[in-house]
Amino acid sequence: MAEKIYRVNMTDLTSSIEDVPAAWAAHGGRGLTSTIVAAEVIPTCHPLGPNNKLVLAPGLLSGTVAANSGRLSIGAKSPLTGTIKESNAGGTAAQLFARTGVKAMIIEGQPKEDKWYSIAITPDEITITEETELIGRGNFATIEAVEARSEEKRAILTIGPAGEMRMASANVSVKDPDGGLRSNGRGGLGAVMGSKKIKFITVDPKGGKVEIANPDGFREANKTFAKALVDHPVSQALGQYGTNVLVNIVNESGGLPTKNFTLGQFDGHDAISGETMADTITQRGGKIKHNCHPGCVIQCSQVYNDADGNKLTSGFEYESIWAMGADCCVDNLDHIAEADRIMDDIGVDTIETSVAMAVAMEAGVLEFGDGAGVCRILKEEVGKGTSLGRIIGNGTGSVGKAFGMTRVPVVKNQAIPAYDPRAIKGIGITYATSTQGADHTMGYTIATNILNVGGKLDPLTKEGQVELSRNLQIATAAIDSTGMCLFIAFAALDDEKCLPALIDLINARFDLSLTGDDVVNLGKHILKTEREFNMKAGFTSIDDRLPEFFYTEPLPPHNVVFDFSDEEINTFWDF
Amino acid sequence: MARINVTVKLFAYFRENRFKISEQEIAPGTTVGDIVDSLDIDREEVGVLMINSRHTTFETPLEEANVLAIFPVVGGG
Repeated sequence: MAEKIYRVNMTDLTSSIEDVPAAWAAHGGRGLTSTIVAAEVIPTCHPLGPNNKLVLAPGLLSGTVAANSGRLSIGAKSPLTGTIKESNAGGTAAQLFARTGVKAMIIEGQPKEDKWYSIAITPDEITITEETELIGRGNFATIEAVEARSEEKRAILTIGPAGEMRMASANVSVKDPDGGLRSNGRGGLGAVMGSKKIKFITVDPKGGKVEIANPDGFREANKTFAKALVDHPVSQALGQYGTNVLVNIVNESGGLPTKNFTLGQFDGHDAISGETMADTITQRGGKIKHNCHPGCVIQCSQVYNDADGNKLTSGFEYESIWAMGADCCVDNLDHIAEADRIMDDIGVDTIETSVAMAVAMEAGVLEFGDGAGVCRILKEEVGKGTSLGRIIGNGTGSVGKAFGMTRVPVVKNQAIPAYDPRAIKGIGITYATSTQGADHTMGYTIATNILNVGGKLDPLTKEGQVELSRNLQIATAAIDSTGMCLFIAFAALDDEKCLPALIDLINARFDLSLTGDDVVNLGKHILKTEREFNMKAGFTSIDDRLPEFFYTEPLPPHNVVFDFSDEEINTFWDF
Repeated sequence: MARINVTVKLFAYFRENRFKISEQEIAPGTTVGDIVDSLDIDREEVGVLMINSRHTTFETPLEEANVLAIFPVVGGG
């Protein structure tokens, strides 16, 4: 199926299916969303106004049988950070977008009337329909109702009440194969979708398939690629314990941010660890392994049941468990799971919201450790949009301002995730320099700083950290363009057959002859495109800094501060 | 020579049929690798070793009151 640009204008409720401009043809996923946002969005526009655009793009390999290729990128100017934003997630949408022939979907404008809409995409048609029934509903009820309206196997993307209320932590949720949710979580993209008055989007390929230029070469490359993934021990550990296997190891390293980033270890770590979680899942008849999208050979997701054996949540990730657990001092995994489900349902980023909750705890809104209180505030305040709920729903920085706090862990107003940059210095460089605010996935130095994957670099020394972060951020930008899950990186860092096989897949898909250098140059190009947008939006190198307290408050147990000079951080961009 | 006391912690599947945490009395000069071998853990499967929350190696000798943590190759993020 030929790839096209599917464009929707919400101001006049029109749409068009356009040829792909030559300048966009070689891009996919993050490379494409960032290229389009940089080309078409006025950098100084208000993120929630008519001049922002929401851009959705499957990766270069999405929709094919390539293992782990089901990530969907969504981009826009972020209402949380004010920077360019790309957030990617699994679920079935990337694959079905690609099979529909959608290279990218661009949603622009804003309805003048106070009415809500849904958008349905098929290969030949874009349909905009007024929606009344599901407004105000949570994501789970919305997905159930939308599924009930059609027998076709469609992808469904939704926003919850948080997105409707344009909260800066609102995510876009994507249905997974079992009716669970995966989230394009970071940066408030759900608020952008809400500002355009779109409650949900469906995608139906009508039996369409992705064309492969060289099917034999593709099959061969995929065999090598999938084997590299399956054989890597990290993939196996991810299947058994999920990403939450990290709680104990990060805690042991002294870099597990605890009690709103005042400690590096959490007394309750064992109760919320991946090991305890795996035992609990087994005892309660949940699922240890689960696909977030068909074709994943790692299966890091899982289904976590409550004490009565009923499904409580799925895709229960380390970062969510760390944030609601250690950072809020909640050592009850059931409370964390309940909070995770509520956040999925109202449609907020679990990292942003939980870190915001920890700042609210320090401010005295509720006690540290009050898991039941967290669930109540999420449901009754954030979900209902009370004044307190909107303060929390607008993120960590918003809570810090509202309550006059100084220990507010954000970079470019986005919450710092699950690795303390004082005790794991490489990730501090990533947080500081990322084009999108604090985000561990932008350049995951934890692999080399903590896990001994892709080499070893002592997390407590400064030497080599800028270079490590730079190399990983460049590689990540390229991987994020393929539609590949970032977890292929563990195999790619250690197995010399993995990355060439990935490049072979792209070459066989499009009849190209890309080399490793081309891929590196693609990554550099994407980072520079994103940075240029940010500079036009008013950002400078002074924004590439961590909050002051990381430089002045030593973190136990190592009693270290973040000690990079401004000049040292600035060298990140020397490429 | 007097023996020394250390704490050994195991993680993920290394705990299966072994233990989570164990206080051990060992001879001075015993290395991290000796402990791993004594537990019948394949060195190839070891991903991360830490003494007192700092990364270490198989060759490092343990000292009195050290806490040794042994992890298989794991990842996430």
